[in-house]
Amino acid sequence: MTFKSNTRQAIGVTIVDLSGRITLGESSAALRETVRELLNKGQKKILLNLGDVSYIDSSGIGELVSGFTTVRNHGGDLKLLNLTKKVHDLLQITKLYTVFDVHSDEATAIRSFQ
Amino acid sequence: MLGIQGARPDGIGARRLRAESLPNRMAKPTEVAVTLETRLESVDLAEEIASRVAAAAGFDEEDRHKISMAVRESVINAIQHGNRLDREKKVQLGFVVEPRQIIITVVDQGNGFDMNSIPDPRLESNLLKSAGRGIFLIRTFMDEFQVECQAGGGTRITMVKRTSTTGPTPRTPSGSAKN
Repeated sequence: MTFKSNTRQAIGVTIVDLSGRITLGESSAALRETVRELLNKGQKKILLNLGDVSYIDSSGIGELVSGFTTVRNHGGDLKLLNLTKKVHDLLQITKLYTVFDVHSDEATAIRSFQ
Repeated sequence: MLGIQGARPDGIGARRLRAESLPNRMAKPTEVAVTLETRLESVDLAEEIASRVAAAAGFDEEDRHKISMAVRESVINAIQHGNRLDREKKVQLGFVVEPRQIIITVVDQGNGFDMNSIPDPRLESNLLKSAGRGIFLIRTFMDEFQVECQAGGGTRITMVKRTSTTGPTPRTPSGSAKN
Protein backbone atom coordinates (compact mmCIF):
# COMPACT_ATOMS: atom_id res chain seq x y z
CA MET A 1 0.00 0.00 0.00
CA THR A 2 1.45 3.34 -1.06
CA PHE A 3 2.27 5.82 1.64
CA LYS A 4 0.05 8.90 1.64
CA SER A 5 -0.37 11.87 3.92
CA ASN A 6 -3.09 14.46 4.10
CA THR A 7 -3.01 17.51 6.34
CA ARG A 8 -5.99 19.30 7.91
CA GLN A 9 -6.52 21.84 10.68
CA ALA A 10 -8.62 21.69 13.83
CA ILE A 11 -8.56 24.39 16.52
CA GLY A 12 -4.92 25.27 16.02
CA VAL A 13 -3.82 21.66 15.71
CA THR A 14 -2.49 20.21 12.47
CA ILE A 15 -3.75 16.70 11.94
CA VAL A 16 -1.74 14.61 9.50
CA ASP A 17 -3.68 11.59 8.27
CA LEU A 18 -1.14 8.97 7.24
CA SER A 19 -1.85 5.76 5.36
CA GLY A 20 0.17 2.89 3.97
CA ARG A 21 3.58 1.79 5.11
CA ILE A 22 6.20 3.89 6.85
CA THR A 23 9.45 2.14 6.05
CA LEU A 24 13.02 2.70 4.95
CA GLY A 25 13.15 4.92 1.89
CA GLU A 26 10.60 7.23 0.32
CA SER A 27 7.84 6.99 2.91
CA SER A 28 10.12 7.80 5.84
CA ALA A 29 11.59 10.68 3.85
CA ALA A 30 8.08 11.92 2.99
CA LEU A 31 7.07 11.93 6.64
CA ARG A 32 10.24 13.83 7.54
CA GLU A 33 9.50 16.39 4.83
CA THR A 34 5.88 16.79 5.98
CA VAL A 35 6.96 17.58 9.53
CA ARG A 36 9.66 19.94 8.29
CA GLU A 37 7.19 21.86 6.10
CA LEU A 38 4.69 22.21 8.96
CA LEU A 39 7.38 23.61 11.23
CA ASN A 40 8.48 26.02 8.51
CA LYS A 41 4.89 27.28 8.36
CA GLY A 42 4.85 27.74 12.12
CA GLN A 43 2.51 24.83 12.73
CA LYS A 44 3.97 23.30 15.86
CA LYS A 45 0.99 21.37 17.24
CA ILE A 46 1.07 18.21 15.18
CA LEU A 47 -1.15 15.16 15.56
CA LEU A 48 -0.14 12.17 13.45
CA ASN A 49 -3.15 9.97 12.69
CA LEU A 50 -1.72 6.49 12.17
CA GLY A 51 -5.09 4.75 11.88
CA ASP A 52 -4.48 3.67 8.30
CA VAL A 53 -0.78 2.90 8.67
CA SER A 54 -0.59 -0.81 8.01
CA TYR A 55 3.09 -1.37 8.64
CA ILE A 56 6.07 0.38 10.15
CA ASP A 57 9.67 -0.81 10.37
CA SER A 58 12.62 0.35 12.47
CA SER A 59 13.28 3.20 10.03
CA GLY A 60 9.66 4.32 10.34
CA ILE A 61 9.88 4.17 14.11
CA GLY A 62 13.07 6.21 13.91
CA GLU A 63 11.28 8.78 11.77
CA LEU A 64 8.50 9.13 14.34
CA VAL A 65 11.11 9.65 17.06
CA SER A 66 13.03 12.10 14.91
CA GLY A 67 9.83 14.04 14.18
CA PHE A 68 8.97 14.10 17.86
CA THR A 69 12.35 15.49 18.92
CA THR A 70 12.47 17.99 16.05
CA VAL A 71 9.04 19.41 16.89
CA ARG A 72 9.89 19.53 20.59
CA ASN A 73 13.12 21.37 19.78
CA HIS A 74 11.02 23.97 17.95
CA GLY A 75 8.86 24.48 21.02
CA GLY A 76 5.97 22.44 19.72
CA ASP A 77 4.51 19.02 20.32
CA LEU A 78 3.93 15.94 18.18
CA LYS A 79 1.37 13.38 19.32
CA LEU A 80 0.01 10.14 17.92
CA LEU A 81 -3.57 9.12 17.19
CA ASN A 82 -5.25 5.79 16.38
CA LEU A 83 -2.46 3.27 16.54
CA THR A 84 -3.07 -0.07 14.87
CA LYS A 85 -2.28 -3.10 16.98
CA LYS A 86 0.97 -3.73 15.13
CA VAL A 87 2.21 -0.17 15.60
CA HIS A 88 1.01 -0.15 19.20
CA ASP A 89 2.91 -3.36 19.92
CA LEU A 90 6.07 -2.00 18.29
CA LEU A 91 5.96 1.13 20.43
CA GLN A 92 5.36 -1.02 23.51
CA ILE A 93 8.31 -3.34 23.01
CA THR A 94 10.64 -0.47 22.15
CA LYS A 95 9.40 1.43 25.23
CA LEU A 96 8.45 4.38 23.05
CA TYR A 97 4.85 4.16 24.16
CA THR A 98 5.97 6.04 27.28
CA VAL A 99 7.65 8.72 25.18
CA PHE A 100 4.76 9.61 22.88
CA ASP A 101 1.44 11.04 23.97
CA VAL A 102 -0.87 8.51 22.32
CA HIS A 103 -4.61 8.99 21.84
CA SER A 104 -7.44 6.91 20.46
CA ASP A 105 -10.00 9.73 20.23
CA GLU A 106 -9.38 12.68 17.94
CA ALA A 107 -11.35 15.25 19.93
CA THR A 108 -9.54 14.30 23.13
CA ALA A 109 -6.22 14.42 21.33
CA ILE A 110 -6.93 17.92 19.99
CA ARG A 111 -7.97 19.17 23.43
CA SER A 112 -4.74 17.81 24.92
CA PHE A 113 -2.76 20.41 22.94
CA GLN A 114 -4.59 23.35 24.52
CA MET B 1 16.28 -27.99 -2.74
CA LEU B 2 14.19 -25.42 -4.47
CA GLY B 3 16.54 -22.59 -5.13
CA ILE B 4 15.62 -19.39 -6.77
CA GLN B 5 19.22 -18.74 -7.59
CA GLY B 6 18.01 -19.13 -11.13
CA ALA B 7 16.21 -15.85 -10.79
CA ARG B 8 17.69 -12.86 -12.48
CA PRO B 9 20.36 -11.05 -10.45
CA ASP B 10 17.98 -8.16 -9.91
CA GLY B 11 15.68 -10.53 -8.10
CA ILE B 12 12.81 -10.13 -10.56
CA GLY B 13 12.52 -13.85 -11.13
CA ALA B 14 12.23 -14.40 -7.41
CA ARG B 15 8.99 -12.47 -7.42
CA ARG B 16 7.41 -15.43 -9.14
CA LEU B 17 7.76 -17.48 -5.98
CA ARG B 18 4.25 -18.47 -4.99
CA ALA B 19 3.53 -19.63 -1.48
CA GLU B 20 0.79 -22.03 -2.54
CA SER B 21 3.15 -23.84 -4.85
CA LEU B 22 5.98 -24.36 -2.40
CA PRO B 23 4.99 -27.42 -0.39
CA ASN B 24 4.28 -29.70 -3.32
CA ARG B 25 7.51 -28.80 -5.06
CA MET B 26 9.91 -29.30 -2.22
CA ALA B 27 11.49 -32.35 -0.72
CA LYS B 28 12.36 -32.40 2.96
CA PRO B 29 13.90 -30.30 4.31
CA THR B 30 12.21 -27.48 2.47
CA GLU B 31 14.78 -24.91 1.43
CA VAL B 32 14.61 -21.62 -0.39
CA ALA B 33 17.64 -19.53 -1.29
CA VAL B 34 17.87 -16.24 -3.09
CA THR B 35 20.64 -13.82 -3.96
CA LEU B 36 19.73 -10.19 -3.39
CA GLU B 37 21.24 -7.13 -4.97
CA THR B 38 22.61 -4.45 -2.65
CA ARG B 39 19.90 -1.89 -3.16
CA LEU B 40 16.93 -0.71 -1.17
CA GLU B 41 14.38 -2.50 -3.38
CA SER B 42 15.81 -5.78 -2.13
CA VAL B 43 14.48 -5.02 1.33
CA ASP B 44 10.84 -5.14 0.20
CA LEU B 45 11.55 -8.20 -1.92
CA ALA B 46 13.13 -10.05 1.00
CA GLU B 47 10.20 -9.17 3.23
CA GLU B 48 7.75 -10.44 0.61
CA ILE B 49 9.62 -13.70 0.11
CA ALA B 50 9.86 -14.24 3.88
CA SER B 51 6.14 -13.67 4.29
CA ARG B 52 5.32 -16.14 1.53
CA VAL B 53 7.69 -18.83 2.77
CA ALA B 54 6.36 -18.43 6.31
CA ALA B 55 2.80 -18.65 4.98
CA ALA B 56 3.64 -21.76 3.01
CA ALA B 57 5.18 -23.22 6.15
CA GLY B 58 1.90 -22.64 7.97
CA PHE B 59 2.84 -19.89 10.40
CA ASP B 60 -0.09 -17.77 11.52
CA GLU B 61 -0.49 -14.12 10.54
CA GLU B 62 1.17 -12.78 13.69
CA ASP B 63 4.23 -14.99 13.31
CA ARG B 64 4.42 -14.24 9.59
CA HIS B 65 4.57 -10.58 10.47
CA LYS B 66 7.36 -11.19 12.99
CA ILE B 67 9.35 -13.39 10.61
CA SER B 68 9.03 -11.04 7.65
CA MET B 69 9.94 -8.02 9.75
CA ALA B 70 12.99 -9.82 11.19
CA VAL B 71 14.09 -10.64 7.65
CA ARG B 72 13.43 -7.08 6.54
CA GLU B 73 15.54 -5.65 9.36
CA SER B 74 18.31 -8.18 8.75
CA VAL B 75 18.51 -7.33 5.05
CA ILE B 76 18.49 -3.60 5.86
CA ASN B 77 21.50 -4.21 8.12
CA ALA B 78 23.21 -6.35 5.51
CA ILE B 79 22.77 -3.77 2.78
CA GLN B 80 23.41 -0.62 4.76
CA HIS B 81 25.87 -1.63 7.45
CA GLY B 82 27.34 -4.81 5.97
CA ASN B 83 27.72 -4.13 2.27
CA ARG B 84 27.61 -0.36 2.84
CA LEU B 85 25.43 0.11 -0.26
CA ASP B 86 28.20 -1.31 -2.48
CA ARG B 87 26.30 -2.61 -5.52
CA GLU B 88 29.12 -4.99 -6.36
CA LYS B 89 28.27 -6.96 -3.23
CA LYS B 90 25.38 -9.36 -2.69
CA VAL B 91 23.23 -10.58 0.14
CA GLN B 92 22.38 -14.27 0.43
CA LEU B 93 19.00 -14.99 1.98
CA GLY B 94 18.15 -18.56 2.89
CA PHE B 95 15.22 -20.40 4.49
CA VAL B 96 15.05 -23.94 5.79
CA VAL B 97 11.56 -25.03 6.80
CA GLU B 98 11.48 -27.90 9.24
CA PRO B 99 8.42 -29.49 10.83
CA ARG B 100 8.35 -27.20 13.85
CA GLN B 101 10.59 -24.31 12.94
CA ILE B 102 11.99 -22.13 10.22
CA ILE B 103 15.70 -21.32 10.05
CA ILE B 104 16.66 -18.18 8.19
CA THR B 105 20.13 -17.01 7.22
CA VAL B 106 21.19 -13.61 5.91
CA VAL B 107 24.78 -13.34 4.73
CA ASP B 108 26.43 -10.13 3.57
CA GLN B 109 29.90 -9.37 2.20
CA GLY B 110 30.81 -6.66 4.66
CA ASN B 111 33.37 -6.42 7.42
CA GLY B 112 31.21 -7.73 10.25
CA PHE B 113 30.15 -6.00 13.41
CA ASP B 114 30.51 -6.41 17.14
CA MET B 115 27.23 -7.34 18.77
CA ASN B 116 28.52 -5.92 22.05
CA SER B 117 28.75 -2.51 20.44
CA ILE B 118 25.02 -2.38 19.79
CA PRO B 119 23.30 -0.47 22.58
CA ASP B 120 19.91 -1.38 24.04
CA PRO B 121 17.46 1.05 22.39
CA ARG B 122 15.16 0.80 25.40
CA LEU B 123 17.64 2.47 27.73
CA GLU B 124 16.58 5.94 28.80
CA SER B 125 19.66 7.42 27.15
CA ASN B 126 18.82 5.76 23.82
CA LEU B 127 15.04 6.16 23.66
CA LEU B 128 15.13 9.30 21.56
CA LYS B 129 17.72 8.08 19.09
CA SER B 130 16.36 7.81 15.56
CA ALA B 131 18.20 4.58 14.75
CA GLY B 132 19.47 1.41 16.39
CA ARG B 133 16.30 -0.66 16.83
CA GLY B 134 16.68 -3.20 14.02
CA ILE B 135 18.72 -5.84 15.85
CA PHE B 136 16.55 -5.42 18.93
CA LEU B 137 13.40 -6.10 16.90
CA ILE B 138 14.96 -9.19 15.32
CA ARG B 139 15.92 -10.56 18.72
CA THR B 140 12.47 -9.81 20.07
CA PHE B 141 10.57 -11.39 17.20
CA MET B 142 12.67 -14.53 16.71
CA ASP B 143 13.33 -17.41 19.10
CA GLU B 144 17.03 -17.65 18.28
CA PHE B 145 19.42 -15.11 16.86
CA GLN B 146 23.09 -15.63 16.12
CA VAL B 147 25.73 -13.50 14.43
CA GLU B 148 28.92 -14.97 12.99
CA CYS B 149 31.74 -13.15 11.30
CA GLN B 150 32.90 -15.37 8.46
CA ALA B 151 36.53 -16.20 7.84
CA GLY B 152 36.59 -14.72 4.36
CA GLY B 153 34.74 -11.60 5.39
CA GLY B 154 31.04 -10.98 5.68
CA THR B 155 28.53 -11.53 8.42
CA ARG B 156 26.11 -14.43 8.72
CA ILE B 157 22.96 -13.89 10.72
CA THR B 158 21.01 -17.00 11.65
CA MET B 159 17.49 -16.69 13.00
CA VAL B 160 15.10 -19.38 14.14
CA LYS B 161 11.36 -19.12 14.66
CA ARG B 162 9.60 -22.06 16.21
CA THR B 163 5.91 -22.72 15.99
CA SER B 164 3.78 -21.65 18.86
CA THR B 165 2.92 -24.57 21.12
CA THR B 166 -0.70 -23.50 20.93
CA GLY B 167 -0.67 -22.51 17.29
CA PRO B 168 -0.90 -24.54 14.12
CA THR B 169 1.93 -26.81 13.08
CA PRO B 170 3.77 -25.70 9.97
CA ARG B 171 2.77 -27.75 7.00
CA THR B 172 4.97 -30.54 5.84
CA PRO B 173 6.10 -30.42 2.24
CA SER B 174 3.26 -32.73 1.25
CA GLY B 175 0.63 -30.54 2.85
CA SER B 176 -1.36 -27.80 1.23
CA ALA B 177 -0.80 -24.16 1.85
CA LYS B 178 -2.82 -21.05 1.38
CA ASN B 179 -1.49 -17.58 1.20
